[in-house]
Amino acid sequence: MVSVLTEWTCGGHVGFILDRKRFTTRAPWRILHCRSPDLLFTRVSTPALSRGSLSSHTMFFLPPSDFLKTELYEMSWNLRDGLRDSLVAAAPYGGPIALLREPHRRSPSSRPQLEIYSASGVDIASFPWKSGPVVQLGWTVSDELLCIQEDGSVLIYDLFGSFKRHFTMGQEVVQTQVLEAKVFHSPYGTGVAIVTGSSRFTLATNIDDLKLRRLPEVPGLQGKPSCWVVLTQDRQTKVLLSNGPELYILDNTSCTAVCPPGFSPQVGNIVQMAVSFSYKYLALFTDTGHLWTGSSHLQDKLSEVDTKKTPTPKHMVWCRRPKSQQPSVVLMWDRLLLVAGVCGDTIQFPLEDPCVLVGELDGVRIISSTNQELLQEVPLVCQDMFKIASMAPGALLLEAHREYEKSSQKADEYLREIKEQSMLGEAVRQCVEAAGHEYDPSTQKSLLRAASFGKCFLTDFSPDQFVTTCRELRVLNGVRENGVGLPLTHTQFKQMTLQVLIDRLVYRQFYPLAIEMCRYLKIPDYQGVSRVLKHWASCKVQQKDLSDDAIARVVCVKVGDSPGVSYSHIAAKAYECGRTELAIKLLDSEARSGEQVPLLLKMKRSQLALSKAVESGDTDLVYTVVSYLKNEMNRGDFFMTLRNQPVALSLYRQFCKLQEQETLKDLYNQDDDHQELANYYVTASYREKRLDSRLSLLQSAIDEYNKAKNEFSAKMTEDEMRLLRFQRKLDDEKGAGLLGLSLQATMEALLSLGLHKQTEQLYRDFRVPDKRYWWLKLMSLAEKEEWEELEKFSKSKKSPIGYLAFVDVCMKSNNKYEAKKYVSKVTPEQKVKAHLAVSDLEGAADAAIERKNDAEMGAILSRCSASDRLLIDRLNRARAAAAKK
Amino acid sequence: MAHSARRDSPELPDFSLLKRLARDQLIYLLEQLPGKKDLFIDADLMSPLDRIANVSTLKQHEVDKLYKVEYKPIVSTSDQLCFLIRPRIQTVKWICDVANADKAAGRFRRYKIIFTPQKFYACEAVLEEQGIFGDVTTDEWAFYLLPLDDDIISLELPEFFRDNFLAGDQRWVRTAGSALHLLHTVYGPFSKIHGIGRFSKMAYESWREQVEEGETKARQAEIGKVFLIDRDVDYVTPLCSQVVYEGLVDDIFRIKCGCVEFGTDVTSSDKRVKVMLNSQDKVFDEIRNEHFSNVFGFLSQKAKNLQTAYDKRRGMDIQQIKTFVSEELKGLKQEHRLLSLHIGASESMMKKKTKQDFQELLKTEHSLLEGFEIRECITFIEEHINRQVSMIESLRLLCLLSITENGLLPKDYRSLKAQYLQSYGVDHLLTFANLKQSGLLVEQQPGETLTVMESKVGKLVNDKAAGKLTDAFSSLAKKSHFRALSKKLNLVPKSDEEYDLRVPRDMAYIFSGAYVPLSCKLVEQVLERDGWTGLEEVTRLLNGHEFSVTGSSGGESRAKNDAQRIVLVMFLGGCTFSEISALRFLGRERGYKFIVVTTAITNSSRFIETLLDNHA
Repeated sequence: MVSVLTEWTCGGHVGFILDRKRFTTRAPWRILHCRSPDLLFTRVSTPALSRGSLSSHTMFFLPPSDFLKTELYEMSWNLRDGLRDSLVAAAPYGGPIALLREPHRRSPSSRPQLEIYSASGVDIASFPWKSGPVVQLGWTVSDELLCIQEDGSVLIYDLFGSFKRHFTMGQEVVQTQVLEAKVFHSPYGTGVAIVTGSSRFTLATNIDDLKLRRLPEVPGLQGKPSCWVVLTQDRQTKVLLSNGPELYILDNTSCTAVCPPGFSPQVGNIVQMAVSFSYKYLALFTDTGHLWTGSSHLQDKLSEVDTKKTPTPKHMVWCRRPKSQQPSVVLMWDRLLLVAGVCGDTIQFPLEDPCVLVGELDGVRIISSTNQELLQEVPLVCQDMFKIASMAPGALLLEAHREYEKSSQKADEYLREIKEQSMLGEAVRQCVEAAGHEYDPSTQKSLLRAASFGKCFLTDFSPDQFVTTCRELRVLNGVRENGVGLPLTHTQFKQMTLQVLIDRLVYRQFYPLAIEMCRYLKIPDYQGVSRVLKHWASCKVQQKDLSDDAIARVVCVKVGDSPGVSYSHIAAKAYECGRTELAIKLLDSEARSGEQVPLLLKMKRSQLALSKAVESGDTDLVYTVVSYLKNEMNRGDFFMTLRNQPVALSLYRQFCKLQEQETLKDLYNQDDDHQELANYYVTASYREKRLDSRLSLLQSAIDEYNKAKNEFSAKMTEDEMRLLRFQRKLDDEKGAGLLGLSLQATMEALLSLGLHKQTEQLYRDFRVPDKRYWWLKLMSLAEKEEWEELEKFSKSKKSPIGYLAFVDVCMKSNNKYEAKKYVSKVTPEQKVKAHLAVSDLEGAADAAIERKNDAEMGAILSRCSASDRLLIDRLNRARAAAAKK
Repeated sequence: MAHSARRDSPELPDFSLLKRLARDQLIYLLEQLPGKKDLFIDADLMSPLDRIANVSTLKQHEVDKLYKVEYKPIVSTSDQLCFLIRPRIQTVKWICDVANADKAAGRFRRYKIIFTPQKFYACEAVLEEQGIFGDVTTDEWAFYLLPLDDDIISLELPEFFRDNFLAGDQRWVRTAGSALHLLHTVYGPFSKIHGIGRFSKMAYESWREQVEEGETKARQAEIGKVFLIDRDVDYVTPLCSQVVYEGLVDDIFRIKCGCVEFGTDVTSSDKRVKVMLNSQDKVFDEIRNEHFSNVFGFLSQKAKNLQTAYDKRRGMDIQQIKTFVSEELKGLKQEHRLLSLHIGASESMMKKKTKQDFQELLKTEHSLLEGFEIRECITFIEEHINRQVSMIESLRLLCLLSITENGLLPKDYRSLKAQYLQSYGVDHLLTFANLKQSGLLVEQQPGETLTVMESKVGKLVNDKAAGKLTDAFSSLAKKSHFRALSKKLNLVPKSDEEYDLRVPRDMAYIFSGAYVPLSCKLVEQVLERDGWTGLEEVTRLLNGHEFSVTGSSGGESRAKNDAQRIVLVMFLGGCTFSEISALRFLGRERGYKFIVVTTAITNSSRFIETLLDNHA
């Protein structure tokens, strides 16, 4: 059965009065079932309608679903010859349209013109095509235009017609030529498939990561196949092609002949095929006019329809809504459009003009030279609400609101009706959802008002969906505007995501709109406004007609300090366009000095880069610049530069200490830093094994120390040289192994070798302080247990270190006998300590009592054990006596 | 002692998370080089690595053999070599040599360098220069922080001190900033940040930058306040002998990465024993903060208690014994083992430290801190050199003298220096140059003229624009004002009162009541005032660079929750165990919990050793 539709214009007043009054003005369109075998088709168009607003709807019923054909735009373009003889490519999701007129015209005198329009036909770019003959045009997912030439090279242009890059589909194609090409989209990106003159297929699944795959040969194929499509299933990209009655699947490794289920061979040769947007369904059209539909896996058959049209359709596209079970196929011939449903029913529309079909996620766009329409299956919720005599809660709510606005008490009746079924929540939801799918703002409004009205009678109803839908509709209405020309449906918008939509707007340079949108939707600046500003600024700096100053000012004012916008990024763009001065100006606004450095280096502003790097406090960055400068400048300038940057200088010094000792010397030399230079020579001398070179290095050190007026160090270094010579001499004579020892260690070694005379000599020559010498000799003699020698030494003159030291040292060698010898010589202040050291408590007590020193007596007492009763008493008595006084 | 911590003291955050993060990342990085591989580890990364992932974990991820980086040709037979190193030029150069030697021998291997905690451009430049940039893959292991204990986190970067405070190489400052950032992301947001010192400020700025770049998630803060301090703000404290148990153990036995190796004199057997020293060790946990003079008494009490616990066995019936064995005995045995170790350690320390020499050394230190009988101190130091007691110790005393006295008189300076050089070699001329440059050991300049100039330079240095190029002046500007500071902050308690070390009344107990560590005193004062107001004179004496910033989570959300009483103190350039003990004491007194983050744990010997430049 074929059903009929009415046609409705939103401004017009055509309509069938139906049985129940409440439907008369409710819906923008209404439905009339009619048992006519033919299509009843009226078209009313009102010239008064403004462009860009929705001017007409066509509603029809194709079992089991309702379909709607809506006019999206009257095209703004003015095409002289329509779409005839042109290659046309229109991107899905309301993408741009590319048009190449007479692609096969080859005379150089009149080159074909390549034109790019927005979906509403607004001119974006146009330029004469100067390259080779084009076989196919197509759009990538990121709105770039692909022009596939006969010789297999693919040229990529951006939306504004500027050339970006090119690649080729294989060298051999230059010979064999491309016969046909297709651009397809998959989760992996945008792909290109070609069939060549040698009947071979070549595929590139993702043009951004180009990997060419040459598919196996198809048996018996001459020239191009009668029709073919690219399929993406099970993570594989395949080609499905027909050659006469045969159907083949061509994958990476094999070519398999297949037969669709329920496809009888007598229906003829397959001449046209189409795969759905989701790659789930396949449609095949034969030269006998049969249309087979089924799953693209070729396992299930949906239907087979006899269209009774034998010519090969120019275009065949699936029209389907996601999750809907009622797909239909749209076929187009020169003068006819035919919609075939799964139930075998068809509807035809005459066409005045050659058209182009664009398959969308949830429908088909039909572009003609004058207007553009969207053919869609009506969403379930809208079918429910707007079907005749609908009692759906949403429908009742809409009516209730209408009555309410008329101040009619009927509003209450309707509301009650809904509430009795406790369906008010559902009603609101239906209204909101339906509004989302509506294309016409006034219908959207009335549905949303109804929803808002219903909401008032509900408690605990989450307003989220309502609010989101309102916002999204506002955005969608904005981008559908003729001037913007992105005819997105709500479903497409959801699939595409807001982020992508913003990107597309930005890409089309609708910056103010994008910013408004971000602000309106309250997207965090980071992902929203800042991102837009970044793109805007990058674009702005390329504007040739403005002065550097003007651009920098304008950019700084607009961008301000929005989070996430990097001035260095913008500056880099400016530099890419050859505007170095502008780049530097922009960099001044960059808050993070670290970000400025790489670009400054690139622009050869190394001095500036260095100071910025130092400012950033990032040493690694400083080092990067330093090593860059080192290679770029001559040594003198390099050192001078470093001198003005102490941080960089010390960093470089560190590096030189580890890597380039010689450079270090040069650095100090340049700075006349004699002190450091001297230190450098000292360091170097210790790395030197040979004595004479070591001495000469030390001599250089002395010279430098003198220049630095550091007499002390000079003197010490001189001493060191003397010592070294002395050590060498003695090593040669006695094999003492002294070289490199310190003075003290040398004397120690000499003493232990019993070379007292030489020790004396060093003591005198180097003016070793008496105290240290005595300590040294004392310890060394005790070590060797030369007690007699020690005694003699102690008597040689008055000990500068006192005699307690003698006692201590002897005790350390556990020689109490020797220690006692020196106790008597100890000064009175240290007597007690000395006695205690040799554990002579009595003696200690005597001394302490004599000195009447309470602390000392206490110290002795603490050493006493119980057996020293007598001593303890004596000390206590003495303490008491001392205390009395 | 005062273990009566305030009952409301907050819980510390769980820092084991940091270990888990580090381990997971390391494993991920190892998996990036699939198949069997030999792992070469920087010597000073061995112990930290051991705390993160043990050998069996490494083996699980197909590490075949482990080698220490030794700057020698390698013997590995593996086809894949993985290097886990600090970003040092020397090490990278060695790796280049290894790779180039393989090339020359026609051997093909895969090389992977994992830099930790980050890589430096300089290292990559070396790879490039040596022509093996393309042959190696490099990665970063963001292992910034190693929790040594519940309240100590170390960056394990001892070279931080020398690089920054001596060589003027600030590359690690950013690392410190990143470490702070890591803590902030996991335990923040911080509500208030105080700090003093140039590098603290730079680290703070670097951290801020990273916070601004990343996205912040609102979360419940576990750490409220942060205090950053440069080591050069307080050089005095690390130069003093430590007398608190944990510090003393570090001074004598050297604690490495929270682990100490006791020799045979401690264990009283022929085995050396490695012991982890942290709060898990219950005996240690109770004595770590005690003044050494109390430790022995405490330990013997503990031994008695232990004996009583053992004695409970007597008179038990079978059932009771069974429960005793299953429940208590193991704990007692463990305690017993630890107790005997610590008693052994204390004995060994007693032997070394109660000798007259040590007492006199302490007396000298205290006199220096007090500014009392300086002539005697100088004589003592001279004798110290004359007797050749210890190369490091003598130098330490010289530095302490110079810092407390604001430089040595030229006559003393020359004679002591000459004595020292004659004793330990003229190459120490370079050491003295280092000490002079870092302001640790300087000659007093006669007259007022220089002071005027210095204050001018000081002003210049404080000026924001010039702040970044202080280097050239830093040695000049770093005039020590210890005496004035000590008076202002009351660092040296009056010596006429007896100080009972068993009942400490202030942080001075960690130095036998002779000195309150300046660093900790600053923390106390700033927390008390919630900023630097009222400390203007002090900060002027410390050469400024102080700051106090209210964090992002400031305002109303700064409710009086526990996190606000958890204070993170970050020492840039290292801190000593004594300082940690002092902060723990302060925390107990004021109801704070302190978390100490340090670039490394230091003590006087390590401190001086990093500044040596002899070629022994």
